[in-house]
Amino acid sequence: MDLLEYQGKQLFMKHGVPVPDGRHAASVREAVEAAEELGFPVVIKAQVQIGGRGKAGGIKLANDRDEAEQHASAILGMDIRGFTVHELYVERASDIDEEYYAAIVFDRSAKKPMAMLSRMGGMDVEEVAEKDPEAMRMLHVDALIGFQEFQGRRLAFESGIAGDVIRPVGAMLAKLYDVFVREDATLVEVNPLLITKKREVVALDAKVTVDANALFRHPDIAELRDVSAEDPQERMAKERGLTYVKLDGNVGILGNGAGLVMSTLDVVAAAGGKPANFLDAGGGSKAEAITSAVEVILSDDKVSAVLFNIFGGITRCDEVARGLIEAFRQIEPDVPFVVRLDGTNDKEGRALLAEASLPNVHTEATMLGAAEKVVELAG
Amino acid sequence: MAILVDNETRLCVSGITGREGTFHSLRNRDYGTQVVAGVTPGKGGQDVDGIPVFNTFHDAVSEAGANTAMIFVPPRFAADSILEAEDAGIELVIAITEGIPAHDELRVYTHLRRGNTRLIGPNCPGILSPGKANVGIIPAQFFKEGNVGLVSRSGTLTYQIGNELAQRGFGNSSIVGIGGDPVPGSSFIDVIELFEADPETELIVMCGEIGGSSEEEAAEYIGEHVSKPVLAYIAGFTAPPGKTMGHAGAIVSGSKGTAAAKAEALEASGVRVGRNPTQVAEIAVEIIGARA
Repeated sequence: MDLLEYQGKQLFMKHGVPVPDGRHAASVREAVEAAEELGFPVVIKAQVQIGGRGKAGGIKLANDRDEAEQHASAILGMDIRGFTVHELYVERASDIDEEYYAAIVFDRSAKKPMAMLSRMGGMDVEEVAEKDPEAMRMLHVDALIGFQEFQGRRLAFESGIAGDVIRPVGAMLAKLYDVFVREDATLVEVNPLLITKKREVVALDAKVTVDANALFRHPDIAELRDVSAEDPQERMAKERGLTYVKLDGNVGILGNGAGLVMSTLDVVAAAGGKPANFLDAGGGSKAEAITSAVEVILSDDKVSAVLFNIFGGITRCDEVARGLIEAFRQIEPDVPFVVRLDGTNDKEGRALLAEASLPNVHTEATMLGAAEKVVELAG
Repeated sequence: MAILVDNETRLCVSGITGREGTFHSLRNRDYGTQVVAGVTPGKGGQDVDGIPVFNTFHDAVSEAGANTAMIFVPPRFAADSILEAEDAGIELVIAITEGIPAHDELRVYTHLRRGNTRLIGPNCPGILSPGKANVGIIPAQFFKEGNVGLVSRSGTLTYQIGNELAQRGFGNSSIVGIGGDPVPGSSFIDVIELFEADPETELIVMCGEIGGSSEEEAAEYIGEHVSKPVLAYIAGFTAPPGKTMGHAGAIVSGSKGTAAAKAEALEASGVRVGRNPTQVAEIAVEIIGARA
């Protein structure tokens, strides 16, 4: 779960990471009030889960009330690389002396947390890595011992940052590691990590990703989930306990098991089709779950044909067939379905479908045959 | 021969008294696996269809001689249960549970790597050694004994590929699900190393997916250390970046973890990569010949 900047900063404050004073605003009026409360100059920042906000015009300095109003109304509703701005963060402007980069990431390859520091901040990390790969210093942290002070000092010395901020930057890294562990984050990134004219170390931005599997330990973060920003089909699927990812094609897909569904998308694409979604109905899917999944798939208007690709292990093909029959009774879909049932109780499932003789439902024996058929029908 | 589970396996199931735990423990026993114990704190002294339940793994080891653990408890209790099994001296833990927090997995992984306990999973379908033992939720009816070692990050995709192989007459030495989480207890390399050493295994099939770099690491290892033929399948060529595709670990981050990069790395190490499950089985026939 990716947090917005202001949500990340709330976690930072909880763990003693210094951030500039700021207020959240969801309207122009709220933004202007926040600005006046904070005192000018302020920075008005678009809150979207994507980088490059500054370049896109989503971050503006306001020196007075008029400017605050003007910028807030320009930024709200703005589209930043496909994300619409619904929220703002109004922050007291900082005196910038230097900009560094700091992050705690989860290195999947080493299976260890990794701390990173660079004296070149305020720009795209990948850009930094390209310009000067030596500028990014990193080291692994032992998950059982945790981040040690010497590691903070070592990164600070190696990265070549100014001598007077070596200790406070090291301490900042230790605090970011605290956020990483105690909030079950898989990413804590600060870009830029600011050194003010008074030589204070401040987190000017916050990019935090929290492990969705750990939300049971963080009810406060779970509540932050912004349902209004989610895709309507994805929200509907989530409410029904289905694993669904919206894609941009026209072939609706339902399968059981994440790997098999991913494979189904690939096979449909190889046959020349464009999948509309990823939908894993899960292991042991009962008829009701199948009916519910069909509703989610068909709520996407672009879908012009649907493929069911089931390999029954724990899932029983007759249950899947019953779910599809029930879905037809309830929703009366007007698009063709291609159904491939294999594995546990496949014969029973196919017999049920044959008996029901649903309009425009085609059964196929193999995954590849089913993919070709659905692509042909989707047009 | 098989790897990891066989006739010597004496299984203890954590969470045996839960609905899923009971169902699969009994299925595993029906297959012929020696399910010698269960663990549910507070239910020691009870039994599940004749399988004795203990309060602790320590009791299950000392009183029932358990040597393998299967974890079926909900995510918030799973890390604790794995660590208890390790503390009781069990050297093979198979964790089926899906949804364990990544930081819990990280701590468990780091601790286990310093000792002698091997973890398979979590978020995996378990291990099947056809004709010998089934530990987990793999539907055993599709598989028979044979010479193909199968290792996979996904459950149903394994069944799909295993079934395609079975239709061409192939059986399996063992089928190992390493799971779809970002911190799997065992990697492709760990399992491939065992298949390389297993005299029954003639061909190794690995089934990967987007996210992380374990396929790339396996490619390098295979190039240097594996003499047996290895065949691969990778799912997720069409997955968009930044989206978690069902499995917590199945995500393309920026330009990292793509299926194309994985397939390329494997092919560079001489591993043939099937573009769909059917093609995997066809290549298997080309490599070791059709089986009646």
